[in-house]
Amino acid sequence: MLSVRQLRKVYDGRAVVNDVDFSVARGECFGILGPNGAGKTTTLRCCLGLTRPDGGELALGGHPIPVDARRARYRVGVVPQFDNLDPDFTVTENLVMFARYFDIPAREARSRVPRLLEFAGLGDRATARLETLSGGMKRRLTLARALVNDPDVLFLDEPTTGLDPQARHLIWDGLKRLVGEGKTVILTTHFMDEAERLCNRLCVMDRGAIIALDTPRNLIDTLIEPVVIEVYGEGVAEWARTRAGPLVSRLEVTGETAFCYMHDADPLLALARASPSLKVLRRAANLEDVFIKLTGRDIRD
Amino acid sequence: MNLRCLYLVQRNFLVWRKLMLPSLIGNLADPLIYLVGLGFGLGALVGAVDGRPYVTFLAGGMLCYSTLNSASAEALYSAFSRLKVQRTWEGILHAPMTIADVVIGEWLWAGFKATLSGTAILIVMYGLGIVHGLAALGVVPVLLLVGLSFSGLALVVTSLARSYDLFTYYFTLLVTPMAFVSGVFYPLHQLPALAQRIAWCLPLAHAASLARGITLGDAMPWPLTSAAVLLLYGLLGLALAVRIARRRLSR
Repeated sequence: MLSVRQLRKVYDGRAVVNDVDFSVARGECFGILGPNGAGKTTTLRCCLGLTRPDGGELALGGHPIPVDARRARYRVGVVPQFDNLDPDFTVTENLVMFARYFDIPAREARSRVPRLLEFAGLGDRATARLETLSGGMKRRLTLARALVNDPDVLFLDEPTTGLDPQARHLIWDGLKRLVGEGKTVILTTHFMDEAERLCNRLCVMDRGAIIALDTPRNLIDTLIEPVVIEVYGEGVAEWARTRAGPLVSRLEVTGETAFCYMHDADPLLALARASPSLKVLRRAANLEDVFIKLTGRDIRD
Repeated sequence: MNLRCLYLVQRNFLVWRKLMLPSLIGNLADPLIYLVGLGFGLGALVGAVDGRPYVTFLAGGMLCYSTLNSASAEALYSAFSRLKVQRTWEGILHAPMTIADVVIGEWLWAGFKATLSGTAILIVMYGLGIVHGLAALGVVPVLLLVGLSFSGLALVVTSLARSYDLFTYYFTLLVTPMAFVSGVFYPLHQLPALAQRIAWCLPLAHAASLARGITLGDAMPWPLTSAAVLLLYGLLGLALAVRIARRRLSR
């Protein structure tokens, strides 16, 4: 459905997307993870033909991109990172007008509105003005708008950033239903739980390149130790270095927390219990651990 | 060329329709204050201009100048809101629309809207007895040309702008000086020869010449050339605006 070969995009001499390769099959949910500035949005924009790449080959729904991007977009829905709903229109008018851009007649568009609003949980808001909607409602309306042309492929750029947990779960439920209906979904996110929950496969991008690509399960199984023990408390850095070090396979200390990665937790747990000032949390390794291992703990802005 | 740009015209029209009355009244008030204030106030001092009351002379110029203002306001401030503040263009470009579709749509819309407000002023002028006769209605196509001409130029500025500040410069450094050398407020032939020559290179002098020719029956030196100059400015502006917008948006 989407194939990306050696995609490259350079801004001011700096490659923000560098030799990116991946492809997404029909009906798949594919995630692009990465810290801020990793090149996720630029990759999406190139796939949609909105940004002209400096190298590589792209095809979307069988159409070469960017040459045939406009035609490819007839079968595509987009949920952008920043809200661009039309503030001068009501909820229904937003959907009907957007359908017109796809050459869908107004009458046909209006007949699609009730189902779309029901899907977005906005059934009682058909005539509401935009400024009366909450952030979560606007996001759901944006998702409904992206479905107005009944697309084969849906692109979502950080679909749940800035939403509260209830609103996030509503979006996730919607996306699961869409994948269940056979739609192809490509999303960027920096929420690991989102990626782990929704994506069949995902890639981790950093500094413009893909540094890992697999199913969430395989990434966790192959790239990281299965058990994590987080230890907090005063003097934990010293304790971790001198005492815990030999018992773990990998150790990271940030501030007052030591992250200990290992296969067998028992020796370290016994050691930690001997120091009552330390608080201990034992958990299974997750995608976030993989992500931090691959991209580091430094802040990216 | 295709008809997709008309979707944008439709979008802007549907939004405008919600605010049609206040918008039209707002567009009428300003030029009419000038027309009445200058035309009758200053006109009492000036006496006759080219053998007719000053307000009658001023009417043709004000028709063009207010159409220019309406086109510029729409293609600058309103289009820029859709480009940057509201991200309306971005949303539309996610559909099977191109940057050219969007910019051409804005151009046609601003030209059309300016024609509407110019026509509304014309109707009020009829009511005030400043213009007479059905022949004066022939000025409406000229107003469309004026609207398209100045919305094309304004879209160049819009596609370059990073904020609304640039638009103030556009008005104070280009539009207002042009109005004073183009025969809007007083006859062009009063100006020094050099100023006249410069004026004939600018679209507004041609607009005023056509408008007075049609509403007052004045001699028009080159009617077809004047129409062509207006259209040419509009098309060149449009073509440049599309190029700049492409560079800006598909980076």
